[in-house]
Amino acid sequence: MLPTSPPAALCVRNLRKTYKDVVAVDGLELEVRAGECFGLLGPNGAGKTTTIEICEGLTTADSGDVELLGLHWDSDAKELRQRLGIQLQETQLADKVTVLETIRLFRSFFRHGPPPAEVIGLVQLDEKMNSRVGGLSGGQKQRLALACALVGDPDFLFLDEPTTGLDPQARRQLWDLIEQFKLQGRSILLTTHYMDEAERLCDRVAIMDHGKVIALGTPRELISSIGVEHMVEFSAGGAAKALQVDPLRQIEGVRDVCRENGTVQMQVTELHRAVPALLNELARQGVPLTELRTHSATLEDVFVTLTGRHLRDE
Amino acid sequence: MSDVTAVPEIRAREAAAKTPRETTLADHPLVQLTLTRFREFLREPEALFWVFIFPILLAAGLGLAFRNRPAEVLKIATVTPELAQSLRKDKLLDVQLLSGPAAQEALRTGKVALLAEPGPTGTVVYHYDDTNPEGRTARMLADRAVERAAGRVDPVGASDRLMREPGSRYIDFLIPGLLGMNLMGSAIWGMGFAIVDARRRKLMKRLIATPMPRHYYLLSFLLSRLIMLVIEVGFLLGFGVFVFKVPARGSFVDLALLCVVTSLSFGALGLLIASRVRTIEAASGLMNLVMMPMWIVSGVFFSAQRFPDMLQPVIKALPLTAAIDALRANMLQGAGLPQVSGQLMVLGAWLVVCFPVALKLFRWR
Repeated sequence: MLPTSPPAALCVRNLRKTYKDVVAVDGLELEVRAGECFGLLGPNGAGKTTTIEICEGLTTADSGDVELLGLHWDSDAKELRQRLGIQLQETQLADKVTVLETIRLFRSFFRHGPPPAEVIGLVQLDEKMNSRVGGLSGGQKQRLALACALVGDPDFLFLDEPTTGLDPQARRQLWDLIEQFKLQGRSILLTTHYMDEAERLCDRVAIMDHGKVIALGTPRELISSIGVEHMVEFSAGGAAKALQVDPLRQIEGVRDVCRENGTVQMQVTELHRAVPALLNELARQGVPLTELRTHSATLEDVFVTLTGRHLRDE
Repeated sequence: MSDVTAVPEIRAREAAAKTPRETTLADHPLVQLTLTRFREFLREPEALFWVFIFPILLAAGLGLAFRNRPAEVLKIATVTPELAQSLRKDKLLDVQLLSGPAAQEALRTGKVALLAEPGPTGTVVYHYDDTNPEGRTARMLADRAVERAAGRVDPVGASDRLMREPGSRYIDFLIPGLLGMNLMGSAIWGMGFAIVDARRRKLMKRLIATPMPRHYYLLSFLLSRLIMLVIEVGFLLGFGVFVFKVPARGSFVDLALLCVVTSLSFGALGLLIASRVRTIEAASGLMNLVMMPMWIVSGVFFSAQRFPDMLQPVIKALPLTAAIDALRANMLQGAGLPQVSGQLMVLGAWLVVCFPVALKLFRWR
């Protein structure tokens, strides 16, 4: 045997799924390596959930092939179910049942896995062990959902928007947990529309739009692929209308400028040159500055560059 | 490279996971699912009220309202001691001796059903309202007492055998009806709401994403229903039998079997109702649509025979009618299973039709 790269934990080829007249997944190709945390990014409606649900065996594709842990849904469903940990978007677990009871229930479906109390400890819900699910906070519920995905000691973990709707602190807590699982060598496929989440957690990401992968690579690769390191954003309040955008494009180190409502976004390669020049230009045009921000380019900017739209736009 | 370092960790994790663990019966998925069903039910105070308390309140209320009073003693009034003495010979008459105006007043206000006054030349005059059955009865009894006191001898001797057996009272009719109604309600509501709620919460979808065998999920509903049945039926029957002395003449095993079959066939109907619905509102409407006609026509509170003959075949084909008829036959007439085979067949038919259709239509997500 040749020493090749480790076998793919998940391999998706030419996947298609159409709902009535909407093409949700359009010839998707995807590969998640063993032990990797792979992020599926995209705006709502990009086909992320459909894709992940096809991989989870909950939705059948119109065509295409899914190979998961070397197995296939049509022949090895039982085995696969035992080896997967799944967290769905928006599952509401039964309110009247306690945390421990919920975990015991889920644990009973799996051949092996850690004892319920251990899983609860893993997601830091020990204190809530005997509380009813209905009384948990959003973050605690989400961690419980995660625990339900972990009871069978899965080889592959599917997390569909694990932190959507959580406050920043709860999100960070959940990220810490997910990072721990990565260290345990599980393969993870995660969908999100939060760029910071993907940048922090994912080894590689695929950006999806309209059912297709439009970019693939490590977060760093993707960000450098747009050839822009910084973003400058400014507002000019009521005077914004009078602003002429073209001279801004001429500034050295500025790649692109786009105006959106009252704010202007500039893609910049050399921040130290571009900002003074921008200030001069604005002074020349007599446009007062009400706000000025710069940040390093993010996956969000990658998405904007590739599609001209923002990720959160519906 | 990072993959290489990950390998020992994977091994360690797998080894830890595969260390044998004590598994008890309680860890069986079916047991866990059934337990969860129970917990959800028992922690819902409203459900407990409707299933256990409400039928008993209903039975108690109706039983009290329609209880059979001891043979009625009729109050009548008279104005002379002689007449009073004659009248008092009849034990069914409660005779009050009043002054003329007071007696008239008592009659007018309904305190007495009849007023007996001496008429001219040794006759008696009865004042009463002939549209009032009590008045007419009082007239007959009073006259009999007066005539006998005056020396009348009845030419034909007669004696009475009194029938006051439990089994023919309204409460006896009512308890099996309520039992049937309760079996229907808890099977359809119990199944329907729980299933639609789990579907609405996407909990069902989450469950089928685990290795849980799907039939366990449905089976757990059935099991918890059957266990609940024992409590439910025990409660209502115990109440009827001990408080109202409702007879349970048939074999207890037959009765239990009837309850199980009834519950299963309503469970199948509930499953069918809940098989596709996604919202509680829609489910609730559909359940009422199915149950309401049966509450009315299936003979819970009054005999189904009151409906026109033309409708009888339809009414008899309804599962609640079959259930209640069979339960009444068992409890009140002591009928065995062969006598209720027709009803059992109707219930069986509902089960055999609804269950596969429900499974076929069932939406897991």
